[in-house]
Amino acid sequence: MTVMRQHPIAAPLHSSGVNDYDVAAVRADFPILDRTVYGKPLVYLDNASSAQKPRAVIDTVRRVYENDYANVHRGLHYLSGAATDAYEAARETVRAFVNARSVKEIVFTRNATEAINLVAGSYGRAFLKEGDEVVISTMEHHANIVPWQLLRDEKGIVLKVVPIDDAGNFLFDAYERLLGPRTALVAVTHASNALGTVTPAKAIVRAAHDRGIPVLLDGSQGAVHCGVDVQDLGADFYVFTGHKLYGPTGVGVLYGREDLLDRMPPYQGGGEMIRTVTFEKTEFADLPAKFEAGTPPLVQAIGLGAAIDYITALGLDRIAAHEQELLGYATDRLSDLPGLTIVGRAEDKASIVSFTMDVAHPHDVGTVIDRAGVAVRAGHHCAQPLMQRFGVTATARASFGLYNTKAEIDILAEALLGVRELFG
Amino acid sequence: MYDDLRELYQEVILEHGKHPRNRRQPAGCNRHALGRNPVCGDAFVIYLTVDDDGVVRDCGFKGEGCAISMASASMMSEIVKGKTLDEARRLFETFHGMATGDGEAVDTDGLDEDDLDRLQALSGVRRFPIRVKCATLAWHTMQAAMDGVNEISTE
Repeated sequence: MTVMRQHPIAAPLHSSGVNDYDVAAVRADFPILDRTVYGKPLVYLDNASSAQKPRAVIDTVRRVYENDYANVHRGLHYLSGAATDAYEAARETVRAFVNARSVKEIVFTRNATEAINLVAGSYGRAFLKEGDEVVISTMEHHANIVPWQLLRDEKGIVLKVVPIDDAGNFLFDAYERLLGPRTALVAVTHASNALGTVTPAKAIVRAAHDRGIPVLLDGSQGAVHCGVDVQDLGADFYVFTGHKLYGPTGVGVLYGREDLLDRMPPYQGGGEMIRTVTFEKTEFADLPAKFEAGTPPLVQAIGLGAAIDYITALGLDRIAAHEQELLGYATDRLSDLPGLTIVGRAEDKASIVSFTMDVAHPHDVGTVIDRAGVAVRAGHHCAQPLMQRFGVTATARASFGLYNTKAEIDILAEALLGVRELFG
Repeated sequence: MYDDLRELYQEVILEHGKHPRNRRQPAGCNRHALGRNPVCGDAFVIYLTVDDDGVVRDCGFKGEGCAISMASASMMSEIVKGKTLDEARRLFETFHGMATGDGEAVDTDGLDEDDLDRLQALSGVRRFPIRVKCATLAWHTMQAAMDGVNEISTE
């Protein structure tokens, strides 16, 4: 159990305000939350960068290595069969989590970045031509900018960027105006990692589909905070990563519509993704193996399955309600601090608060509050064009997960007063 | 507030961070370099005016960064003025040692005691390994300018 300092207006430590959400019990599931840094209880508010892992995930990974480990899809022995079953069961867990029609539509990758590169490298290279336009938004993470720039340099495609307003809202009318006869793909975020803005993903997809344009959604944050139903969203591609979803590092997911994945050429060649190989000709494996060359991150994928089971058991709606309550509380507390500006006040936001302070650069803010045990991200959040949009080089960002508490937000606010004291 | 934070953010650092000196391109500038820290996005251009005898007649900078990087650039621009290129290099070596905490071997003979004391003020950064590059960015960039390299990246 972590000991918190009391703040006069702090909410009761273990109450999230959501009647049946027991955040103290949730915290007890995360071993790392018991530790201290610099002698202070860890206040981990860097969840948008990577989330901590529940014991269920840690135990699953250990159990696989201790009892059930072998390579998958090869080796006619007991353990290979057991590992294959567990890996494919994780794929089914992911399928159900995003409500895909078939496990053939779930490709395991290294991370969301690789999933986007897969789409750019396979779909983009095969089907996009010189002059074709790819529509992205101002809020994209570098992972959803650079792969398209590489494709631009190779194929001569054109990037179009949807603007945002000063609050960080996705400008839908401007988006619709960018959709034209040369638009070949829309690739936008479901939720901004730097601002928290949740985009109108369903409407984005519908507007593109009305014009026959496929859509990729970057769900790195969306899969964590928004709840994903790829059929309801209508997305053609949806990507996310395991480690932000309380799962292990090293595994990500590409959901792709089966008919599109079927038409796409392989992204990488190697073992796993073939049916037969001769020196003259290779016959590729069926989906999803066609896109999983080499030994996959099988233990990480099984761990991701355990993470999804964990959050599903907690209840995605209850987690979302808890996070929204934290977002509202943090927005109020931080808005009250003198000289602090919240960057990103969109109407629909995930539990992410980016901010700057008049007295100190975000890196100095990060260093000072780190000494109080508070971990936030300070920097450009791999979204430099977005930082330029707001005329800053960096922000500090507090991002809240399912185990955070209002008391931790009070500690953050108090630490930020310390920044003011030091620099003011 | 914690002691190591006070040691890092000393008054002189905060003061230089808020009111940096020589934030300009000096007249007659004949060497310059752009230095970037790709991790945080900080970028500085360092300008030098070096005369025929190899003496730094003026030094200025442009750019934006955290208190540590701004203070370091500002203090460096004051310290290297009037120094020979060789002295400037040795000051950097000395400072690099102070900032990283492994500077015993540097020969400080003939370097100005006052300069060394001023650099010492920034050496609190050695307790914050993630921030060492903030303190050394301006110096690395100045060295690049002296070497005729126009762009560097710390990483």
